[in-house]
Amino acid sequence: MYGFGIIKSLLLALQHFFGTYWDDFRYGRKRYKTPEGIAHRSSKNARGIFTIQYPEEKLPTPEEFRYIPFLLYEEGPNGEKVDRCTSCGICAKVCPPQCIWIVRSTEPVTGKPIPAPKEFYIDVDICMNCGLCAEYCPFDAIKMDHDYEISVYDRANNMYDKEKLSKPVSYYASIRPTNFVSEEKARKEVEAARAAAKAAQSTPSS
Amino acid sequence: MSDQTPTPPPDPILTRFPESVTKDERKGYSGYIIKPDKLLDFSGFVRDTLGYDYLSSVTGVDYYPEDKLEVVYHAYKSTGGSAFVYKTQIPRDDAVLPSLVPLYHGAEFQEREIWDLYGIRFEGHPDLRRILMWEGFAGHPLRKDWREPFYEEDIKPYKNRWPEGHASYIEDKNPFHNNVVYPAGFDPTTLTADTETLLYAGLAKAVHPDGTLKTDSVIINLGPQHPSTHGVFRMAASLDGETIVDLKPVIGYLHRNHEKIGERNTWIGNMPYTDRLDYLSPMSNNFGYAIAVEKLTGIKPPERAEYIRVIMAELTRICNHLIAIGTLINDLGVYFTGMLYALEERELILDIFEAVTGSRMMNNYFRFGGVVRDFPEGVLEKIKDIVFERLLRKIDELDIYVTGNEIIKERCQGIGILSPEQAISYSITGPVLRASGVPYDVRRAEPYGIYDRFDFEIPVRYHGDTFDRYLLRMDEIRQSTRIVQQAISAMPGGPIFTGKPQYIVRVPAGESYGRVEGPKGELGFYLVSNGKANPWRYHVRAPSFINLTPLSAMCRGHKIADVVIILGSIDIVLGETDR
Repeated sequence: MYGFGIIKSLLLALQHFFGTYWDDFRYGRKRYKTPEGIAHRSSKNARGIFTIQYPEEKLPTPEEFRYIPFLLYEEGPNGEKVDRCTSCGICAKVCPPQCIWIVRSTEPVTGKPIPAPKEFYIDVDICMNCGLCAEYCPFDAIKMDHDYEISVYDRANNMYDKEKLSKPVSYYASIRPTNFVSEEKARKEVEAARAAAKAAQSTPSS
Repeated sequence: MSDQTPTPPPDPILTRFPESVTKDERKGYSGYIIKPDKLLDFSGFVRDTLGYDYLSSVTGVDYYPEDKLEVVYHAYKSTGGSAFVYKTQIPRDDAVLPSLVPLYHGAEFQEREIWDLYGIRFEGHPDLRRILMWEGFAGHPLRKDWREPFYEEDIKPYKNRWPEGHASYIEDKNPFHNNVVYPAGFDPTTLTADTETLLYAGLAKAVHPDGTLKTDSVIINLGPQHPSTHGVFRMAASLDGETIVDLKPVIGYLHRNHEKIGERNTWIGNMPYTDRLDYLSPMSNNFGYAIAVEKLTGIKPPERAEYIRVIMAELTRICNHLIAIGTLINDLGVYFTGMLYALEERELILDIFEAVTGSRMMNNYFRFGGVVRDFPEGVLEKIKDIVFERLLRKIDELDIYVTGNEIIKERCQGIGILSPEQAISYSITGPVLRASGVPYDVRRAEPYGIYDRFDFEIPVRYHGDTFDRYLLRMDEIRQSTRIVQQAISAMPGGPIFTGKPQYIVRVPAGESYGRVEGPKGELGFYLVSNGKANPWRYHVRAPSFINLTPLSAMCRGHKIADVVIILGSIDIVLGETDR
C-alpha cells in the first residue's frame, strides 16, 4: 500500500524516541557521568542517547591513543632530570611535516658532540600526530601523549620547547602501562646483552 | 652467433605499429612507448582491437634531467585482468599531445589536470581549462623546476632541522617579498579574473524554438560554501526555468598539491599524508599506497598482517558507506535523523580504530611489509560484537527506515541515470559503476592482498540511478561484514611485520601502479622511484575526482533540487577530489 513505507519509517523513529526514555529510566542516574554509563553507551547494546556530554564526561582514551609527542626523562636519585634523548636526529628526519627542530649539545672546549639535546622544539601547529617519531626512536625517548586539550590563545605558545615537552618516565608508565612494561623489558635485555658483550670483550684483553 | 639463440616470436603490437611503438626497456618499467603523432591511432587499437575499454589512469611524469615529459596511460578490460600500460614522451618546451577524450570520456578531467599541473596541451580536448589551480595562475606546479613561495628544499628531511635546528617560523625566515617570482610583464593592476568568463562561456544555454513559452536563462552557482556539496565544491549550472541545461563542476578549493608534497616526502613520510586524501576511509588509502610501494620493493607482509589489513579495510568501507547513505538521506531533506542513525554505527567502528591505531580518522596504520601493531587486548571481541551482532541488526533497521520509504523512492528513482556504456567510457569506478550494471570490482578483477581467499559477492544493480547506488551501498555493507566475519574466524597468529622496521626505506628504481578497491572506487597510486629516499613521482588516481566527470551528463534535464542528491549519490570527498 502506498504510504505504508513512510509510516514504517516514522514508527521506527518513534521507537528510537521512546527507547531513549526507556533506557534513561532503566539505568537511572548511573547512565550519565559514570564510567560504567559511558562504557554502556559505547557498547554493542547501546540504545537511546549515544552522545558523550563533553566536557562534563569524557570518553576514556585507549592506551594506543596518540596526540602531540613528548620527551621522556628519568628521575635521578637526587631529583635531577636525565634525558633519554641522545639527539641522534632520527625523529627530526622521519617527521613527515618536519616540525621537530633539535640543537645538538657540544663539548664547549673540543666542539665534539655530546649525546644530549641542547634545544628541542616541536611546532605543535604543524605536527600531524602521525606518531612516526615515537615509532622509530631507538631510545624510547619520544612518545605520544594522551593530553588532547591544548588549545591556546596565541600561536607563539604552540612552539613547544624542551622544558614544555619533557615529562617523567613515571607519567609515561601511567598513560601506557602495557607498552611501558614490554618496552622496559626489551631495554633491560638490550642492556644485559651489551654488558655481557662488554664483559666478554674485556676478559681476553686482561 | 645468433643462430643458437631462439628468436622470440614477434610482438603483434610492435609489428602492427613498426616505426612508432617501442617496448619500454628502462629497468623496472613496463609497457610500450608510443610516438605522440600515433597516440590516437594506437589508443583506438588498444580500445577496439585489444579490448582495453576502461582507461583507469592518465598521468604525467616530469623527467627533468632528461628534459622530457612523459604521459602514462593505464588501460584495463572491464571484464577484469591486469593493466595495459603505454606511454608517450614529449619535449618539455613544446608539450602538445592529441587528446584521448573522443575515445575515453574518462580522460577529460585527468587531461585537464595534466594541463594544469604539467602544462601539456591536449589538442582536441573539448574544455581545456585549469582544474585545480585558478585560471591565471603562473606556471605548472608539478614540473620539477617550479618553486612555491616559502620554498625550502627539494626533498625532505630539510637540513636545517638537525644538528643545528633553531626553531623558527618559516615566514620569518623567508619573507614574502623575496620569495615570489612574478611572471615577466606581470602588472597586478591589470589582473582580472577571467576564470569565470571562460567557465560561463562554456555552459550551454537554454534554446527556445518559436512558439514555446519563453523562460529566463539563468546561471546559478551552487557552492563553494553550500552544505549540500559535502565540502568546498562548486557547480555552475545553467538553468531553463528549474531544469538543468548544462552544469560544470568547479573544484580545487581544497587543493594543496598533495602530489608535490608527496614527491618531497620520504617514502614512509607519505603514509600519514595518504590518510588526508579521502579522510572518511583512511585505511583504504594506506592500503593502496602500501601495495604500490610493496610492488616496487618486493616485500610481502606476513599472513596475520594481511588478515588485519583486510579487516581494517572492510571496516573502513562500512564506515564510508554509512556516511554516504547518511548524507544522502540528509541531502534529501530528512535533516539529521537518518544521518545520526548511520553515524552511531560508525562511531563504534571508530572506537575500534582508535584502540588499534591510536587515532579515529588519521590512522597511519599500514607500513611497507605489514602494519604498525597487533590488535591490543579486547579489540577482537569488540569487532566480533559489531560484525556478528550489532551491525547486522542495525543495517536491517536502516533498511526499514529508508528503503521502503515512498518519499525517498520518489526522489531517487530514475534520477541521475548512467548507462553501463557511459559508465565504462567515463572511467567510473566503485559503487557508481556497479549500480550501472557493470560487475567490476578490483577485489575480484585483479585481486590484491588476500581477497582471493574470501567468499563474498560483488553486488550489482541495473538501473544506474540514485536509488540503486544507495541500495548497492547497503549490499556492500552486508558483503563487507561477511568478509570481516570470515577474516576474523580464519585469522592466524604470528608476526605482523616482515623484517625490521626502518625509517629509511630502500626502494629500487622503477615504476609501479598499485590499486585497491576503495569505498569510493578504484584508488590507484602511480609511483616512480629513482632509487633515492624520495619518490620521483607520486600520483594518486582519486576515485572521487574521476567519478565527477559525468556529473554534468547525469544532471542534464533534471531539476535543480535533484543535482544535490545526484552529487550525494556519487559520494565524493573533497580532500581526495582536490588533493
